[in-house]
Amino acid sequence: MSQVKLTINGREVSTDVEPRLSLADFLRDHIGLTGTHLGCEHGVCGACTVLLNGKPVRSCISLTVSCENMEVRTIEGFDDDAVMAVLRNAFSEEHGVQCGFCTPGVLISARDIVTRLPNLPRQRLREELSGNLCRCTGYAGILRAIEVAMEELKIGGGAK
Amino acid sequence: MKPAPFTYVRPNDLQEAIAHLRASNGMAKVLAGGQSLVPLLNLRLTQPELIVDISRIAELSIIEEDENSLLIGACVSHAAFEDGIVPDVAGGLLQRVGAAIGYRAIRNLGTIGGSMAHADPAAEWPVLLVALDAVIGYRNPDGRQEVSASEFILGPFTTVLQDNEILADIRIARLSLSAKSGFYKTCRKSGEFADSLAVIVIDPERPLPRVVLGATNDRPLLLATTGNVVASLDAWSPAAEHAVREAVTADLETAFPSLDPYGGQIHRVTVVRAVREALSS
Repeated sequence: MSQVKLTINGREVSTDVEPRLSLADFLRDHIGLTGTHLGCEHGVCGACTVLLNGKPVRSCISLTVSCENMEVRTIEGFDDDAVMAVLRNAFSEEHGVQCGFCTPGVLISARDIVTRLPNLPRQRLREELSGNLCRCTGYAGILRAIEVAMEELKIGGGAK
Repeated sequence: MKPAPFTYVRPNDLQEAIAHLRASNGMAKVLAGGQSLVPLLNLRLTQPELIVDISRIAELSIIEEDENSLLIGACVSHAAFEDGIVPDVAGGLLQRVGAAIGYRAIRNLGTIGGSMAHADPAAEWPVLLVALDAVIGYRNPDGRQEVSASEFILGPFTTVLQDNEILADIRIARLSLSAKSGFYKTCRKSGEFADSLAVIVIDPERPLPRVVLGATNDRPLLLATTGNVVASLDAWSPAAEHAVREAVTADLETAFPSLDPYGGQIHRVTVVRAVREALSS
């Protein structure tokens, strides 16, 4: 067992974990934050995407022990986030969600895209989103939702 | 899909990291960004007894530029290249290639040194660094060693690194202002590993154009015949395309006599497109 201390959605957590424990399993099974979903478990599908020190990463191929002193933000940690509120609404309006399995990872990637690359054309948006697999929507609704959110954030003065 | 148990250490410097590797008698793996290693651990394709996490060793994150070259630590992320944090001494190639690797979530953690040390034939950095004739610096109990990128990789997933050695840094010589370059990656879905990958660097101040092909079943392949043909071309034209196509075919026949027609075609088209970009600019 290894001692690890990290911040999850603003709350400091200090505990012992097995070194082989992925961040995704730690979040789900030890902390009870089951909004982070596990699909492929080898970094391809994007369902487990979370923010680590503010940047999207795959929590299924990140070891919990190597996140010592880092800040993790999961899909449960965006209740008060203005950008995520715009995205949530756009996903609902534009049918960006069907079964919801990929949605936590898609939303976290989408938030990164709209804040980092605010004027992305459709083709580049598709490429940026290619690391998140969705097997229901055919992506059309997701792409529309992100574009609507981008527009709205521009009018509203951009990402806060 | 859970790794077999292992012990984990996060040393503070390279010396300590090498001491751990030495003590493990070949049963350790070095962890940098983990974007290739952790999937392999999850799939239990590798089952080391010890993981040595080098991701926080300060000297492995250096980015130093002088008038002749760029020195980058092994643990600089792909995203740092994509975002232009690393000075691009290769006229934009570093940024383009860095941005073409996997997905953003992978690029945030994955490192240039890790990619090089892993030596996946379909990976981007090994092909680019061979094309740029970069110098790989690595450390072992005896000190520091240097080797060219093309000598560093021996074959698929195989490098000169021994069990107690760690890739420390990469030096890239600055391309001249009149240099031209091309990069083309063929894959079915954006972000996935390449079916074929080619980088070409034409620098009048260097001996010959370097045309390098990746995603074969070998190490990055320097296409000598193609390089010679490109050296004789000034601009892109139908005749130039024909000559390059023939040269790539000759290079492929020499290197991979039993290559299937589909593989040959993918590689040929990829190289031709990279050369076209370089000669059209």
